[in-house]
Formats: sequence, structure tokens, C-alpha cells
Amino acid sequence: MPKFEYAPAPESRSIVSLRESYGLFINGEFGPSVDGRAFKTISPATEEVLAEVTEAGPADVDRAVTAARKAYEHTWSAMPGRERAKYLFRIARIVQERARELAVLESLDNGKPIRESRDVDIPLVAAHFFYYAGWADKLEYAGYGPAPRPLGVAGQVIPWNFPLLMLAWKIAPALACGNTVVLKPAETTPLTALAFAEICQQADLPPGVVNIVTGAGETGRALVEHPGIDKVAFTGSTEVGKQIARACAPTRKKVTLELGGKAANVVFEDAPVDQAVEGIVNGIFFNQGHVCCAGSRLLVQESVYDEVLASLRRRLATLRLGDPLDKNTDVGAINSAAQLAKIRELSEVGEAEGAQRWSPPCELPVKGFWFPPTIFTGVSQAHRIAREEIFGPVLSVLTFRTPAEAVEKANNTPYGLSAGVWTEKGSLILWMASRLRAGVVWANTFNKFDPTSPFGGYKESGYGREGGRHGLEAYLDV
Amino acid sequence: MSAPTQAIPELRGFLHGLPGVDRVGAEARAATLASRSIKTTAKQWALDMAISMIDLTTLEGQDTPGKVRALCAKAKRPDPADPTAPMVAAVCVYPDLAHVAAVELKGSGVHVASVATAFPSGRTSLEVKLADVKYAVSAGADEVDMVIDRGAFLAGDYQLVFDEIVAVKQACGDAHLKVILETGELVTLDNVRRASWLAMLAGGDFIKTSTGKVAPAATLPVTLVMLEAVRDFRESHGRQVGVKPAGGIRTAKDAIRYLVLVNETAGEDWLDPDWFRLGASSLLNDLLMQRTKMMTGRYSGPDYFTLD
Repeated sequence: MPKFEYAPAPESRSIVSLRESYGLFINGEFGPSVDGRAFKTISPATEEVLAEVTEAGPADVDRAVTAARKAYEHTWSAMPGRERAKYLFRIARIVQERARELAVLESLDNGKPIRESRDVDIPLVAAHFFYYAGWADKLEYAGYGPAPRPLGVAGQVIPWNFPLLMLAWKIAPALACGNTVVLKPAETTPLTALAFAEICQQADLPPGVVNIVTGAGETGRALVEHPGIDKVAFTGSTEVGKQIARACAPTRKKVTLELGGKAANVVFEDAPVDQAVEGIVNGIFFNQGHVCCAGSRLLVQESVYDEVLASLRRRLATLRLGDPLDKNTDVGAINSAAQLAKIRELSEVGEAEGAQRWSPPCELPVKGFWFPPTIFTGVSQAHRIAREEIFGPVLSVLTFRTPAEAVEKANNTPYGLSAGVWTEKGSLILWMASRLRAGVVWANTFNKFDPTSPFGGYKESGYGREGGRHGLEAYLDV
Repeated sequence: MSAPTQAIPELRGFLHGLPGVDRVGAEARAATLASRSIKTTAKQWALDMAISMIDLTTLEGQDTPGKVRALCAKAKRPDPADPTAPMVAAVCVYPDLAHVAAVELKGSGVHVASVATAFPSGRTSLEVKLADVKYAVSAGADEVDMVIDRGAFLAGDYQLVFDEIVAVKQACGDAHLKVILETGELVTLDNVRRASWLAMLAGGDFIKTSTGKVAPAATLPVTLVMLEAVRDFRESHGRQVGVKPAGGIRTAKDAIRYLVLVNETAGEDWLDPDWFRLGASSLLNDLLMQRTKMMTGRYSGPDYFTLD
């Protein structure tokens, strides 16, 4: 038994009042679907049913798009930017006021540790709305001409890994630029999007400016293929992204896609080792590795391989896995049974292909979906676990000898979303950054996000940028 | 990370070859650990552990035998109303008052610590510093808190600093040597790491952050780097060295944050008064107040705890 055993420190659930069932948020109101179909959303940590959620069919999507079109033409696009900004500022403030509630709700529905939803997700959500609120009346200074026009109605489909944050990344710039939106949250994590719908009501946002339709893949398809949509924004898997690109190719719709990744986290021999180990942990075990820009491939210079791996293993033994609502939890639950099956499958493939698997001693809860933090060593570029996105707490460790080899290996992937470089040598950071084909290159840090910084991918990681001034372009007719 | 202990010309190369510390990353890690939530049974355990790790300190020009005697009484029985409250680890005074503390604490189990080597600046000759140490030890101090020559360290004269520590260690005899790095004057975390290794290589039994006379005194990021150093040193040299943050730790909440830092950085082997100390004075009463609150469910005011 450990000397210093941290007693359970659960965040209270009482701040969240869950409804038994949730309708679709169309034209400023919650209401039923046409055909009355519904699905359940569960807590991945306990498999407890949290609420019943309405499944939107094509007729519902059509109603939502019509409401968004009406709001676009009659209200939102004609409203001066400074007025739109007021609504966005109001939303940002309400998010801050309800931060604790939103954090608990996010951790319940998604399985991520409360420490992360409290300290990362929700503060960034508010920051995104604040940031784009600031742009709403300054679009003429953004570098896209004297009076850039919005695109119209945006159909937005977001993933389950950062539910409310991805919503903010999509909705904040869209509204700031004068577009209206129909957004579909992921079927496993719809609750914070529905709470956001309440926030829109609370902020007196004009009806139809934001519409939330819940459902699974079919709902998403109906939204993306709806002829009344001017713009499609998608964050999710590369496979679905390709389907969307194909579906939109023969149309006038503009598309931005933020897809998968297999980021290299490159550790040089002169790296600040203790901080690099933190960065590796943060790169792949943050949010259970459910991060499209996760540092899932660790490239270590051979001369410090033993030292870095020993430190990493020691550090992993201190990770605390368990109840997402416990304030001391570092690693929460895998979001769904399907995702857990995928992580298990790829991990088994890793072993079968000859890589060595290691996890710290770690007791997994009986109920719910759990996977221990896992490291694969002896991985080569040819292994599937070095090429395919696992989207879980699984790190593949490779080695390199020279900076040129590091660049070659880092770029030798169909993806190009992010990369990390660890060295105390500034010139090497710049040398690497100019050669890595990745949308974001972090230097001596990893998984740091800021609304002022653009984010997006190369190659199969998608196209278009979200965040910063660049993020406006995706929602302006330029 | 094998290091030369005697091969003197390599000292500089060795210290400069230690992995760098990224300040942003170290501060972020310390901040994350500071957000751990320590409640109920864990808090009870931590409060008692923190009390037992305190070096109860008075280092003022106005210190008198009377003041030191009062402090010693407090050290032996921190909460007169509750005999279950643990004793502190040591009482820390100037050398000329060490004999007072030695008499008061004799047989109690509370150690007598004395600062020495021209504390706090250390700006005198080695002869005077060594005489200071011998004076303290002969007066009954079984722990000596020395200061390093920060001027020499910052000038890159690591050998001088090393030799002084070796000489002081020798002068200490059986007394435990705590080496004060005065991290507030070393400023960078790279310097903190190098000075930690230097002090350990030269034979220090403890490395200590600060004199308490320079701001900033102890901080979480500095202590984090020192804990990493003792952890790595034990791994490469097989000898365990203690850590003592001192100065600026005033609340129970702060103290518990340090314990979390120890637990998740150096590991639980250091969660022991033999290997981790908190140099403080006003901290003790806050710990006692929190302790009473845990046991009775009620806060009582400062009037119910003794000043010293």
C-alpha cells in the first residue's frame, strides 16, 4: 500500500441537472423529431444511461437548414458585426459562468478526466468565443478585402473527443463572420452541445442562428448532402472525411476537413529530458489519446534512448487511471465500446508484428470502457501501429540517429497534422520546423492550443485552417 | 549519468552536460501537481507528515535564549491541547544559540539544526566559515545548514564551491550537512540543477533551497528540479540525499502541495522527515489549525494556538 494514498476527491454531479430526454434544437426551440426515433447516451466510465437523445432524420435536418437559411437572410447576415459580437461575448461569458457544470457534463458523457475538462476544454471554449467575438466587427481588417461576405448556412459535424471545444471551434468563427449553422454533435457525446443550445437561448441568440441536430452517421450524411448548405466543416476520421469530400466535389459547397493524424514527437539527445517526458505523456495520454494531433509516434535519438525510456516508464507508473470525475484522475475512460475494440485490435496487431508491449501496473475498473496507458517499443516504420491512427493511449516508440533521419521518418506518413520537437538548441528547432510537413509544430511542448493560433493539416489530415485570423477564411466568401 | 566524484577537472564539463531544464515545462508540471485535491484521510495523513517534517526556524538578529527556549517547547509539543500532534523534525537557529536549543531538546528526539558558514551571504574566508561550523557542532548542533558561495558558482568557479562543501562536510563530523543553494540568487532552473548535483557530489546530506533572506525563497518549480536531481543521483550513485524547501511556505495547503510533489517526483522513499524537511515558522500553526479542523469539524481562531 502506498504511503500517501490520495483519498477519492470526486467533483459533485449535483451541479448538472440532466433531463430524461432531449429534443432537437431547431429555430431556437427544443422539439421532437418527425419520426420520433431516439437513442441513448451513456457514461463510458460506468455504462450508466445518462439521457435519451432524439435522432434527427432527413426531414428534421431539412427543417433545421430552412430555419438557418431564414435566420441567415433575415437576421444574422444583415446584422452589423458589432451587434453579432455582443451575442458572442454574451455566450462566452455564460460559458464561463456555467464552466463547472459544463466540465462535469463533459466528463460524464465523454469519460475524460474532470481535471482536463475543467482546466483545458471549457476555458478554451470560452476563449474561442471571446476571440472570435473580437473579430466580428473587424472583418474588413482581416486581409480578405474591404467587406468580406459570409458564405451562408454552414453544416458542421464534430467528433466526440473534445465535444464542446470542437463545437466552439466550428460555431464561433462561423457566427462571427455572419453565417448561421446547423451542427451535429457525435452520437456518443451530444450532451454539452445540447447544453450549449440552452446557452444560446439564455443569450437571446435570434432563433435559427444556431441549430443542433443530434444523431449518428446517417444524420451527418443528411446534413452534409443537404442542398441548402453552403459550407461543410467536418472534424473526424479520414475515412468519413474522404466520403464528405467526394459528396461535396460536384456541388458549390465549400469544405474544410480536419481529419486524422499520426504525429511524430521527436526527442533529441540535448532535450530537457524531464520536460520531454512530460511532453511525451501529455502528447499521447492526454484525453486517453483521443486527440487527432496526438504525439502517437515517439522518435527518440538512439544516444538517449535508454535514459528517455526509463524515465518514461517511471513516469507512467504515476499516472492515475480511474473515475473521470475524481479531481486526481489523469487518465479517464475510453469513449465507447467501439473505440475500445479498435484500440485493442491495433494493439494486438502491434504484438503480432513483433513490437514489445508494456503497460505500468494498473488496475482497470470492471464496468465501463478502459484501456491502460501502453507503450510499444521496437516499432519500425513498417508496423501498422506506426502508420495507422489508433486514437487511444498507445505510444509507438521508434529511434533515429541524425536530424535528417528524424525528418524523413516524421514525414513518412500519410498524415500531417502536428509534430513535436524537443531540443535545447534553437537553431535545430527552426531547422526541423521548416522541414516537418505538419500543420502545427510544437517546440519543447505538446498539445498546446490557443484560439489565436491556426490549426489544420497536410495530406490526409485534411485541409483548411481553424483558429486565428486564418480560421476566418473558412467562413468568408473569399 | 555516471559522474566523476574525484576526477576534478571534469566537474565543469559534467555539470554543463546535465540535461537542461525547460522552465515553461517545469512550471507547468509543478502547477499540475499543485492542483491535486487532497481530502479527508489523505489530508489527515499529510498534515501530520508535514508537521513532523518541519525545521522550526528562528533566524533573526533579535533572537534571544528566551525566544529559542520558547520555540523548543513548541517543537516538542506543537499543540498543548492535543498530545497526539506529532513533534517537528528540528529547531533551526544561529550558532550562538545552538547550545540553548541543545539543552532544551536533549533526549526529545527533535534535532538541533544550526545555520553556519557566515549565513546568509557566506561572504567571508573559508577559515571563518569552518570555525563557524565547528562552533555550531561543538555547541550541540547535529545538523548544519551551510550556504554555498553563490558568487563563485555564478562566476563558474565550481571547484571552489565543491571544495568548500567538502571542507565543511569534514568539519561537520557526525553532524548532518544541509547545503543551501539560495536558488533565488541562482535564478535559472539550469543553475538549480547544476548546483544540486554539485552539492550532492561534494557530499551534502541534504540540499536546501533558500536561506529565507532572499526573495523568492522556496518555489514549487525549484523544488521539483531538486527532487528530480536527488532521484537521478540515487539512481546513478546509489546514495539518497534529502531535500529541504525553506522560506515562503506558510499555509497547510502549500505544505501539502510540496508533499504531492515529493510523492510524484522523487517517490515515497522521500516522504519521511529523514529525507524531506520544510524550513518554516508560521506554517506550523496553520497545519495545527487545519488538523484541529479535521478532527473537530470546526475552525478555532489563532488565539487558541501558541505563538511559539
